[in-house]
Amino acid sequence: MAVIDHLRTAPRLSFRFIAVWLRNLKVWRKLMLPSLLGNFGEPVLYLIALGYGLGQFVGEIDGMRYMVFLASGIVCSAAMTGATFEALYSAFTRLTTQQTWAAMLAAPMNVDDVVLGEIAWAATKALINASAIVLVASVLGLVAGPQALLVLPVILLAGFAFAGLAMIITAISPSYDFFLYYFTLVMTPMLLLSGVFFPLSGLPDAVALGAQFLPLAHVVMLVRPLMTGGVVEMPLLHLAVVAGYAAASYWIAAALARKRLVR
Amino acid sequence: MSVIARGLTREYGGVNVVDGIDLEIKAGECFALLGPNGAGKTTTLRMLLGLTPPSAGEITVLGEPIPQRARAMRERAGIVPQFDNLDPDFSVRENLIVYGAYYGAGRRQIEARMDELLRFAELTERADDPIQGLSGGMKRRLTLARALVNDPELLALDEPSTGLDPQARQHIWERLHALRRRGKTLLLTTHYMEEAERLCDRAAIIDHGRIVACDSPRGLIEAHIEPHVVELRGDLALQWKDVALAGFRVEPVGETVLIYGQEREALLREIDALIGPGYLYRPASLEDVFLRLTGRELRD
Repeated sequence: MAVIDHLRTAPRLSFRFIAVWLRNLKVWRKLMLPSLLGNFGEPVLYLIALGYGLGQFVGEIDGMRYMVFLASGIVCSAAMTGATFEALYSAFTRLTTQQTWAAMLAAPMNVDDVVLGEIAWAATKALINASAIVLVASVLGLVAGPQALLVLPVILLAGFAFAGLAMIITAISPSYDFFLYYFTLVMTPMLLLSGVFFPLSGLPDAVALGAQFLPLAHVVMLVRPLMTGGVVEMPLLHLAVVAGYAAASYWIAAALARKRLVR
Repeated sequence: MSVIARGLTREYGGVNVVDGIDLEIKAGECFALLGPNGAGKTTTLRMLLGLTPPSAGEITVLGEPIPQRARAMRERAGIVPQFDNLDPDFSVRENLIVYGAYYGAGRRQIEARMDELLRFAELTERADDPIQGLSGGMKRRLTLARALVNDPELLALDEPSTGLDPQARQHIWERLHALRRRGKTLLLTTHYMEEAERLCDRAAIIDHGRIVACDSPRGLIEAHIEPHVVELRGDLALQWKDVALAGFRVEPVGETVLIYGQEREALLREIDALIGPGYLYRPASLEDVFLRLTGRELRD
């Protein structure tokens, strides 16, 4: 079947994906501590170093201390990195060198189940990372109130979107080196242009308009007011964009993985 | 019937690597797909298991149409792949539990069968070891036990003993015999004639994507080859490679010369008189049939 035929075929959804998710959870639990340290140590360092260091020069943004502004951005970027790394490197290892996917497919599992299980797990990693940072931020007094807990379901949804996008790359990747294209062409521009470190209003109009198409920008627009006690503007629009990315990327990633594996 | 295939065809890049295969495998039978490398054995097996969609043809396995209902069929089947893909992140025991979960089995269900599976694989002592430390034979036995987590009716094995040392191979064969005695249907691919001859009720010899013969090992030998063989090796082979013997067939194969005859006494009398001692006599085997039907050129 050609790629286009796979893309025209809807993924078959079933609860089988839970077995894949559980498998990955089981492995993660064995290495929980180093994994947690590695995954949220770095964003916390960014938060503290940039927040204190840069914050002294920046002063206030949108009426809040820079550290407060930055904390919500770091929560979003950590979710993105967490989901992306899991769906790229870890999933690719299971797809290629470890042949874990092949073993699953010999059992009563479809490619659609395996891809969904991997994405769900990567989204869970995003949630774990982001939760840790929300916790640190609240200890540092950077969170406005309990409504910050609403960040967590948003981050889980965002995790599905970022994991789905990364899974598209994993499904077509010939090797680990291929991921560098994704980092340089997608991840880094998205990280810099989504309002994580500075508000979009500081960008030229054309760039700010273009940023409206980035899922991370919408995640930040949802998460920042929730964490800083502001009002979320157009929440349904932002949620729809993120959910749209999640659904479309899963559809495409599953189609490309079928193309790669069912042959 | 466990497996029925009609006109099974698979095309890659304009070439039919499987080219119109018909198969019927009875429940409880041990059936081998026998062929040189690249003959289409693995592709055929993958199509029967619903892992590769056929370009043409119809498949029914365990009563389910394939690939449409491959998932339902695989719930009642076990698969041993050609290359071990055990989960390196887990111990022996965890591999079985996690694999059972892929079949929808809960931890308790697998735990209930755990002792039996470990005993079958003779890995009871190693149950909590990481799989990196296991030998090739142990890994293959674990892969076999893993394919049994759902107590399948049909077991499909892609080259089950390739890469194993002779002891480990004997061990796997013995395990497969045990499964046959329990009434499992076994479907395996192999290029080891001895494997097919010892284990299987019937074998299909596949070459260039087609079945060139299909029968019991004994039936194949009787139908395609003279029952008695004399082998000449080394200097004797060099010396006699061009010999012509009326009533016998002479086949040079690399550094060996094979002389086939219908009558043991007549063959040996002739060879004794002409060549003298130093030859090897043996009854014809499946390997002779295989070489006869698939030719002697190298396959890569």
